[in-house]
Amino acid sequence: MGEGRQAQEVVLRLDGITKRFGALTANDGIGFSLAKGEVLALLGENGAGKTTLMNILFGHYTADEGRVEVFGRPLPPGQPGAALAAGVGMVHQHFTLADNMTVLENILLGTEPLWKLGLGRGAARARVERLSHDFGLAVHPDAKVGSLSVGERQRVEILKALYRDARILILDEPTAVLTPQEAEALFATLRKALAQGLSVIFISHKLHEVMAIAHRVVVLRHGRLVGEVATADTDRHRLAEMMVGAEIAAPAPREAVPGPALLSLRGVSTAGEGNSPGLRALDLDLRAGQITGLAGVSGNGQGALAELLSGLVAPISGEMRVADRPVARWTPREALAARIGRIPEDRHRTGTIADFTLTENAVLESYRDEPFARTGLMDWTAARGHAERIIQRYDVRCPGPETRIRLLSGGNMQKLILGRALEAEPRIILANQPVRGLDIGAVTYVQERLIAARDEGAAVLLISEDLDEILALSDVIRVISDGRLSPEFPRGSKTPAELGQWMAGQGFDHAA
Amino acid sequence: MDLIDILLSASFWAAVIRIASPLIFATMGELICERAGVLNLGIEGIMVAGAFAGWVAVYAGLPLWWGVAVAMLVGMAFGLVHGVLTVPFGLSQHVVGLGITMLATAAAYYAYRIALPEVTTPPRIEPFQPLDMGWLTDIPVVGQALFGQTALTYLALLVALATGLVLYRTPLGLALRAAGENPSAVEAQGLSVTGIRIGAVVVGSGLMAVGGAFLTMSAFSSFFFEMVNGRGWICIALVVFGAWAPGKAVLGALLFAGFDALQIRLQQTGLGAVVPYQVFLMVPYILSILALVLMSRRAEVPAALMTPYNRGER
Repeated sequence: MGEGRQAQEVVLRLDGITKRFGALTANDGIGFSLAKGEVLALLGENGAGKTTLMNILFGHYTADEGRVEVFGRPLPPGQPGAALAAGVGMVHQHFTLADNMTVLENILLGTEPLWKLGLGRGAARARVERLSHDFGLAVHPDAKVGSLSVGERQRVEILKALYRDARILILDEPTAVLTPQEAEALFATLRKALAQGLSVIFISHKLHEVMAIAHRVVVLRHGRLVGEVATADTDRHRLAEMMVGAEIAAPAPREAVPGPALLSLRGVSTAGEGNSPGLRALDLDLRAGQITGLAGVSGNGQGALAELLSGLVAPISGEMRVADRPVARWTPREALAARIGRIPEDRHRTGTIADFTLTENAVLESYRDEPFARTGLMDWTAARGHAERIIQRYDVRCPGPETRIRLLSGGNMQKLILGRALEAEPRIILANQPVRGLDIGAVTYVQERLIAARDEGAAVLLISEDLDEILALSDVIRVISDGRLSPEFPRGSKTPAELGQWMAGQGFDHAA
Repeated sequence: MDLIDILLSASFWAAVIRIASPLIFATMGELICERAGVLNLGIEGIMVAGAFAGWVAVYAGLPLWWGVAVAMLVGMAFGLVHGVLTVPFGLSQHVVGLGITMLATAAAYYAYRIALPEVTTPPRIEPFQPLDMGWLTDIPVVGQALFGQTALTYLALLVALATGLVLYRTPLGLALRAAGENPSAVEAQGLSVTGIRIGAVVVGSGLMAVGGAFLTMSAFSSFFFEMVNGRGWICIALVVFGAWAPGKAVLGALLFAGFDALQIRLQQTGLGAVVPYQVFLMVPYILSILALVLMSRRAEVPAALMTPYNRGER
């Protein structure tokens, strides 16, 4: 697909772009070009500098060095308005939409001179409708953005760019938030855009998507450009190696040596909450040295079980035993005292406090204890040492322990959470969607650490909506459906299709 | 005089609209600030400063409308200070706002003492007079209430109308609302969040000051201490009551003014002889709190209200 494109018109050229955040060099002398009608994938792990680079291109950040040329003309740095005027449209990973306004109003924002009476809604609506028809971007112009699904919001973002006659579309991790069907529709839209002579920069770390849609791939690693290759001349495996910088092997766990049950539930129920069911008379044993995989369709009680193990909810009936002792009071503090290591589902909202430093986040679960607190006073030197240890042992890439954690990429944030949980030497590990949204390198790393913890005798509960992940890591599998648990299936005893039937709720009546 | 008589009297309805006028100015001012994402707690002090500035300008010999302009400029100057501190510097909007209120109030009182060191009774100016709109004014009840007000009242209603039009019908209003909802949307469209927010605070503060000036130049005819008397805080509540929509906020202002006009008149009824007058003074506030509780349940707060926006921050 890439052949003959060199001869074509270059619409965008980046040259020697360097950007530093404090001690961290996010982009280091990056340069490449984009041809007309081409999809260029920008591939790299989280934290490799993809988003930073595109934010420089779009004028959100100003580069420390280097220049950007659009259609042969230099782009003034640090001005989104200039990028827009030059024909660059960006679909941000975190949408830049105002929820309380309609689709049409969001599209119109900034397109008309401010000091003008009237919005010209009529003509604008006609144009938006034509664009959404031409590009297959179905969305109602008068709907409030706040009421739209994530997929629809993304369409509004693309319409915004098209409405402004963008000739170069930058899509930052566009599929991260989409269902497979929505992603397919997005690709169809992109193909229509290409047919009309637009060029696309597609930021991703999903290899199969990159292979499917891109003509050429530029690979970033640690802020440096490490490879540039036509998709026709490569394959997923080689791209993955370039991205991570090493051979990747999926973790292959050794056979488990299960020990005694460290946590047992007998007939435990919890109260449901809104649309999410509570647990219904659950029996569960988490054994030392074993990974129990919890498979299931999202929203079938995984959240309730995770909250129960985290100490956030207590059983309303049934018996819960930790280390063979019945549990009387059950709070997060009790859960920590029972040495349950928690890797929460949402690392931004429950896993960390965004504006706290790495040091503060590292001791969130242990700040009251020695050596971090002595006679009621914080010992920040000890806390910083602890954070530094986690940063080093768990390969957290950051400028230092005093950085606010919001500045870290998702993968690095997750490594800190993992380190925080594992450094406390937990007996039981609750890993709720531990690798969701992470790139390959980080996924492999997190999974290996969980297996290592198992081998050292921890009981691991792995909750995941990704059946492949469950099958790869679990020693035994339980399926959750509508707050009930399936019997325990040993590794390899059920095919994915059979598990899928349990996930759909079949078989529970016989088992009950 | 009982309740029915009060509600049927022209003077009651005229009073409602008169009392509501300064609230409408200041509420629109606050609404503009908040819609852009800035809570302006300087409102109370800016109203005091506006009341003084407008009055003293006319006392010094300027025409009435020049007095209004002076009040507005003084308000805008305080707004600029507020805007610069809260928007580009991103300081706490609460602290800056309360600081501006204290500063503006003290500055007005100080200037008053400097200008008039000796007086004990505040000197009077010739205020705006009620307009006579001929046969319109002669309509019973409605005529006197609606068409017998001063020019500043009509300006207040025009300001409310213009606020609604600009917010919902112009590109500027769109940008302003977006700045209060998701500033990164504004930035991504190549507009300046800083410029829009400072502009909104400056203009909004100007309107607050005109609301204050209404007190000295239309409602009363002199400046005295404590005359704003919490009206600014009421306007903050009115913005919430109106769910950040100009039309509903005007209704809220009229409702509050209605309670206020009613309590004054109730004091003069037989009830006033039995119940201490302080109870009547409380009525509008208590009813406003109740209305606020009922109305603001479902209100959509501008999502980025009180959130400073720092460009290029992740």
